[in-house]
This record gives sequence, structure tokens and C-alpha cells, in this order.
Amino acid sequence: MPIRCNVCNKSATLKRPKTGDALCKDCFYYAFEEEIHKTITDANLLTKGETVAIGASGGKDSTVLAYIMKLLNDRYNYGVKLVLLSVDEGITGYRDDSLETVKRNQVQYDLPLKIISYEELYGWTMDAIVKQIGLKNNCTFCGVFRRQALDRGALLLGVDKIATGHNADDIAETVIMNVLRGDIGRLRRCTAITTGTDGALPRCKPFKYTYEKEIVMYAYFKNLDYFSTECIYSPNAYRGFARAYIKDVEKIRPSAIIDIIHSGESLSVKKEVRMPVQGVCERCGYISSNKVCKACVMLEGLNKGLPRLGIGKTHKERRKMEEMLSERGSNSGSLSDMASLDSALSTTDQGCDMSSFDSDQSLNSNAESSCRHSISDQSKCCNNERHASCCGDRNCVTIEKITIFDKKVDQKVIDF
Amino acid sequence: MYFSGGAELLFDKKKKHDVNLPAKETPWTIKDLLPWMKDNMLKERPELFIQGETVRPGILVLINDADWELMGELDYSIQNKDKIVFISTLHGG
Ligand SMILES: [Zn+2]
Ligand SMILES: [Zn+2]
Ligand SMILES: [Zn+2]
Repeated sequence: MPIRCNVCNKSATLKRPKTGDALCKDCFYYAFEEEIHKTITDANLLTKGETVAIGASGGKDSTVLAYIMKLLNDRYNYGVKLVLLSVDEGITGYRDDSLETVKRNQVQYDLPLKIISYEELYGWTMDAIVKQIGLKNNCTFCGVFRRQALDRGALLLGVDKIATGHNADDIAETVIMNVLRGDIGRLRRCTAITTGTDGALPRCKPFKYTYEKEIVMYAYFKNLDYFSTECIYSPNAYRGFARAYIKDVEKIRPSAIIDIIHSGESLSVKKEVRMPVQGVCERCGYISSNKVCKACVMLEGLNKGLPRLGIGKTHKERRKMEEMLSERGSNSGSLSDMASLDSALSTTDQGCDMSSFDSDQSLNSNAESSCRHSISDQSKCCNNERHASCCGDRNCVTIEKITIFDKKVDQKVIDF
Repeated sequence: MYFSGGAELLFDKKKKHDVNLPAKETPWTIKDLLPWMKDNMLKERPELFIQGETVRPGILVLINDADWELMGELDYSIQNKDKIVFISTLHGG
């Protein structure tokens, strides 16, 4: 005997994790869309006249986000201009399918699309980086570069705001990770629905209270076209465990996800506690707790032929760097301040943390299906996990580096 | 049976499978089906699909396009021509 919809008495198609309600398809669509609308209006996420870049990876969250933003913008007349913004890391073969998905979404949802490449952003493709440094450490690059890519891309596009598809599960997971790491600074920031409201390029998360299950169900029932074999260059075991934990507690008590977010929100930090000082990278303007941000240190290393700079045990590299700098004098536009370099280096050895592309580590160890770097051999990755390896036989062209980010950017960018 | 969201990677990378279950004295339930899938269909890393006697949390199950949580979950008795869908939510988005 089918269960009936709690609202209209038709036969129900899903049980909402947040409320336990059984709903039919139409009542679910309505509840889902209205809740996101309420999130957007309650938190004043959008302002008439703004251009909003939707970070689009071709995955489920950003695909549903693009669909919903378009729908609500039309339905409620938000009056914002929406743009899809995708980042192409420059990994041969790997982005093809997901970028194809984003291109289809562009047509399906009638939204402009801008694909911005690592080459435009950093002067290096991931392929070229892997070629330089080998696969052992590419995750560090991947993680750091990815975290900044969307912000840098949005700055280049000149949009007012970024919207990302982070959902309630993602945020709960991040809360747990920050608790386990004792990272009080990030713990404060990670539950914020918008970040960077004071002068920096703001980011907002319209799915902050939206359960992953509902996003996936919505995409399934609406037949939305998304891509799910995300190639994870760098599996992050730590986030994988946090994710599994969240899913386990959700199974027992579905409200746990929202409860964890609320716990994160209600934590207050005593005034006496010294919070990490948020500065700005003196080279690129990205928010950084060091004088020079991680990405800039790594780029410096790549450009100077010391690709291992900024990753792992770096004493040797640093000495080489010091020698180089002293030979050239200090005005070569490179890292002028060894102290800031030191402090930047000291914080880089924490493995990869791919905030927006994280997925279950083990689901992705089968990288052959998704990443062509796996063609020839396997090697160990940062977490000592088996990891797809680079074919290493392509010609690596070292391009003259583009220097857009060498000049200072006035606007601050948020470290997410 | 249909697999998506990344779950298909564990099942021969195929999204659609037509499955004929062997005759059995008692009706097939999802609870019987899962270990049978593990033995007969699952190609790799069963721990990503099965946890204990049920599916791993984070894998959504739909029976004839309705959430299995409304259908009795493991106790549902499978009928001829049922459409069963497994969607992984564990992949990046
Ligand atoms: Zn209804
Ligand atoms: Zn890695
Ligand atoms: Zn920088």
C-alpha cells in the first residue's frame, strides 16, 4: 500500500530527510524550491542588478544550483545576471566530460558560460605541473590552486559575487573536520552563508540548508544532466572519513546534519582567544595568513625551476632559493622576504584539501575511468594512497608565464 | 536496475542492468537482493556499496521511482518488472 503525500494525498515519492515528511514529486519540488528561495531572501544573498557567477563543475550540486538559480531568478524577479563559471585545470582528457556537461547546461538553462583555464590563471596547466613535479606532490598544487581558481576567475570576469553549490552535508562535514583539526578560525568561517562581505569578492551558498539527498533526488526526478565521475587528482582521506561519518549519523538521525551546522554557527570564541590574523598576499591580493600565499609560493617555485618549493620537506629547496635570490639581488620581483617565505612554507605541508572537489577517497582510486594520467603507471600520492599516475610522455611545453597576478589586485579574495 | 551518480563504476561501468533473479521459495526482498548483487554483479570494492546487511549510507535507493524509505527498505518484496535505482551521492559535485 503506497504511502500518501502529507500535503496533497497523492502517492508519495520521497521521504524528506530534514522533516521526515512523505511528499509526492510536485509537493517536493515546491518545498525544495521554496526553501531555497527563503534561504536566499532571508539572508539577502542577492541584490538586484548584480552579476553572479555560479561555480559550475558539471557535478550534481552546481548543476542543480544553476537550474534553481535560473528558475528562481525568473520566478521571483531577483533581477540578477547569472553566469556559469567553470575552471579548466588543463588535464588532458579529464575535464572533457564535465566541461561538455557544463556546455550542455549552458544551452539547457540559457545562461552564459565562461571557461577559465589554469593557463590563463596561473600560466601553468595541471599537465605541465605534473610533468614538472611528478605525481607524488601534484595534489598539493591541485588543492591550493583549485581553492583559489574560482575566485581568481571571478575577479577576471569582473562579477559581483560567486554562488557555489556547497550543500548542508558539505558544510556539516567541514564543521567536523575543523573541530577535529582544532581550526577555530575556519570553524567560525565555514558555517557563514556568505563570506567576504567587507570589500572582498563575496561568495554565497544558497544550498547551505539543503540536504544532498534532496539535491540528488531533485536532479533525478527532473532529469537534470550532471556528471559524476569527477576525477579526483588528489584523494583526501581525511575528508573521506568525515563524509562517511556524516552519512552514518544521518542514517541514524537525519536532523544531525542541520544540528551540526547549528552547532558550528552557535560556537562563540572568547575575546581573549587569539585568532589567526587574516592578511592579504602581497603578491596577488588573495587572502592569506602569510605575507605570500601558498599558491604564489608554488608558482614561484614552478617558474624558477624549483617545483618542490612549497611542498613537503623543503630545506634543500629553500637553500637553493636563497642562493638564487642572493645571486640576483633582491629586486627580481621574486619573493623578497625570506621570513614570509619561511612562514608560508611552514604551513604548506598538510596534504591536499580540495574544498570543492572532494569526494570519497576510495571511490576514486579507480582513476583509470576518469583521468588519463593513469595510463602508464601507478604511484603513491600524498596520503600514501595508490593514485593514478601521469603518463609522463607528453611533450611538456613550458610556456612563458602570464603575469596578471604578479601585479597587485586591489580587491581581496577569500580563502575558503 | 539502474546505477548512477558514480555507483555504476562499481557495476561494470554500466548504468542499466537487466536482471533475472533465480527462483526462490520465499519472495525476494531487497535484503536478499543486496548480498546476491554483491556475489553476482558487483565488480569491485564491495565496501563502497554494501555496509553490513544494507547499502552504504550515501547511496540512495529508489523502487519504481519512489524513495525506498517509503517502501519498507530492506523488507520490500520485489515484484516482477520492478525498476530499482541506486544513486551514489558520494561523488564530488
Ligand atoms: Zn503532494
Ligand atoms: Zn593526493
Ligand atoms: Zn598570492
